Amino acid sequence: MSMTIVPAAARSVPLRPATRRWLLAAVLVVALLLPFVLSDFRTFQLTLILAYAIALFGLNLLMGFNGQISVGHGAFFAVGGYTAAILMMIYGVPYWATVPIAAAVAFLVGFLFGIPALRLEGIYLAMATFSLGVTVPQLLRVRAFEPWTGGVLGIVMDKPEVPFGLPINQDQWLYYFVLAFTCLLFALGYNLTRGRIGRAIVAIRDQPLAAASMGVNIALYKSATFGISAGFTGLAGALATITVAYVSPDSFPILLSISLLVGVVVGGLGSAAGMFFGAAFIVLVPNMAGSVSKALPWAIYGLGVIVIMYVAPLGVGGLAQQVMARLRRPASGHGGGKEQ
Amino acid sequence: MLHILKKLTPALALAALVASQGPAGAQAPGVSDTEIKIGQTMAYSGPASSYGVIGKAEAAYFDMVNDNGGINGRKINLISLDDGYSPPKTVELTRQLVEQDGVAFIFQSLGTPPSTAVQKYLNQKGVPQLFIASGAGKWNNPEEFPWSTGWQPTYPTESAVFGKHILQTNPDAKVAVLYQNDDLGRDYRKGLVDAFGDRFEDIVVGEATFEASDPTVDSQIVSLQASGADTLVLAGLPRPVAQAIRKAYDIGWKPTLYLPSGSSSVSSVLTPAGLDKSVGAVTVGFLKDPTDAQWADDEEYKAYAEWMDKYYPDGDKAEFLNAFGYAAAATLVKVLEMAGDDLSRENIMKQVESLDDVAVPMLLPGVTVSVSPENHSPIRKMRTMRFNGEKWEIFGDLIEG
Repeated sequence: MSMTIVPAAARSVPLRPATRRWLLAAVLVVALLLPFVLSDFRTFQLTLILAYAIALFGLNLLMGFNGQISVGHGAFFAVGGYTAAILMMIYGVPYWATVPIAAAVAFLVGFLFGIPALRLEGIYLAMATFSLGVTVPQLLRVRAFEPWTGGVLGIVMDKPEVPFGLPINQDQWLYYFVLAFTCLLFALGYNLTRGRIGRAIVAIRDQPLAAASMGVNIALYKSATFGISAGFTGLAGALATITVAYVSPDSFPILLSISLLVGVVVGGLGSAAGMFFGAAFIVLVPNMAGSVSKALPWAIYGLGVIVIMYVAPLGVGGLAQQVMARLRRPASGHGGGKEQ
Repeated sequence: MLHILKKLTPALALAALVASQGPAGAQAPGVSDTEIKIGQTMAYSGPASSYGVIGKAEAAYFDMVNDNGGINGRKINLISLDDGYSPPKTVELTRQLVEQDGVAFIFQSLGTPPSTAVQKYLNQKGVPQLFIASGAGKWNNPEEFPWSTGWQPTYPTESAVFGKHILQTNPDAKVAVLYQNDDLGRDYRKGLVDAFGDRFEDIVVGEATFEASDPTVDSQIVSLQASGADTLVLAGLPRPVAQAIRKAYDIGWKPTLYLPSGSSSVSSVLTPAGLDKSVGAVTVGFLKDPTDAQWADDEEYKAYAEWMDKYYPDGDKAEFLNAFGYAAAATLVKVLEMAGDDLSRENIMKQVESLDDVAVPMLLPGVTVSVSPENHSPIRKMRTMRFNGEKWEIFGDLIEG
């Protein structure tokens, strides 16, 4: 075991299936109504938060569940974003069709990167992924790729039109478009982590030796997890790029990779719902910090991260589950079964 | 229940923050009888944060204007937000400025990629994107983007001036060019291609590129020397340009140097490179370099220095970008004064397009601001200058690019 991460999910107290279903339905109804309550700008911001939540969930699959560290996931976000932009603006592929392709391309890149990365653990893997994160934005500037990437000036994209004559505006439509993918990917990811494959992924994190002796193909699972994680993040990159309608090498600085890392930890390693908090944190807190002080925005941001780590060491998702476990304990004795 | 709360909290928090905007009427949003609210995105953090002083200088200039009673009784309220030079953040913050903060227009937002990211949005909404702080040539495209204008001379204009000067003074020149691998470098190349035309291939004997993040440009300079060139155009930011000047001198190569206006500061480029190593270098300029001793007794410089002392005491008087922000803010104040009490977006744009040979403090003698419905590149006049080992000496006539 390369690091001691205690994922929030390991301590979670699952709700009864019926309760869970009602909760999910209620959340979904609220999510569907939000664009009619919020201004277009807030809807747009929320759309970005959803896209980042998918990216964070992808990174969380790798870090929270599989115990591998990536400090360069912004690279996959970039791969997804550029795939969508190039397909849309150069090859005329409809925007909705570019999203799964972007995920596939990012999966492939992640899987291939995962193979050599297998030999690296902990801090060494962090270094390798870091170099990926700093390399990709530079590659995007290379003149030889300019016919596709647009070089430093990037690619200006068309904002998707509202289809089927729906009585909503472009921002609202994009929100629903991204929301649909969010539901799909969280369902996929959630089921993945709860099943056979998920147990194997977690076993590799906790006891690699035991996992191997139980017949888990560690090499395959590790690179596959890397690939899936990259696929999620790449898909999110495509959604964010379509939402922003512009892509350039400056869109994916190494700070993006670090922000994703912060988002996962703030949201809670191993937590799914926490990723929405992590995403809201990385989108909104820099803005708030900037309005507090122009001279030290990132110092304030850093302070925010430290406070959260102090108050909620398992992230917001972990904190919520702890609170809930404490509330439920008197009523139901041990508060449900243990996971894993 | 907690689960619901947990998932709802951000949504509720967002909903609570939604601001309602009143109808605009004839005036642009953000304009009242006492205030003109304007927006800006600037890099106060991130890779381009050294340019953040432009935003600070502009805010300090408006402080001075407001202390003197504002413009027609209206104070300027500049909301300048940090986008860290990241285009997606620029889009988010620009939409916040326009849709939530309700600004009248966007002024001097920094950078080519960030401003490209919001150009379409602002033009579709009919929000003026005034005096973009970027030397890219693309802002001058009023047919497609009638609401956008640049401010400073564009890179292609500068290098075209160099090209013409080279042809005039040294018809048989053999030119080597060092380009930064970004929009600055590309635009510089474009200007030279325009100036040299068919003869480009004959005149330019060596080309090399570097990344803005490269630690040195030594190997590029050595290979350019080997091309046998007698003229060297350095299309880069201040640090690599200073390194290139020094390296060329150190290896015994003495070509005629051409420096971009943004990389010609006596204090931040020529001093580190070595003043003696920079003698004879040529540049074009539009702003008074505050470190240049020849302006010490100049009225405009004195007013600038006074303003720095009073409104921006933590700023560096010698910083070229402070003079830049000062002049850009002064340009906007002229526009708003011309607009009078009709501060609709249409009229503001109309006033911008009627700027005709307007003098602005801290611009070099003879350099003025002109915009027309056909030309959205406000500062097109420049002066060629030669470095004499001490200061930039203006020579030749005004050149219009």
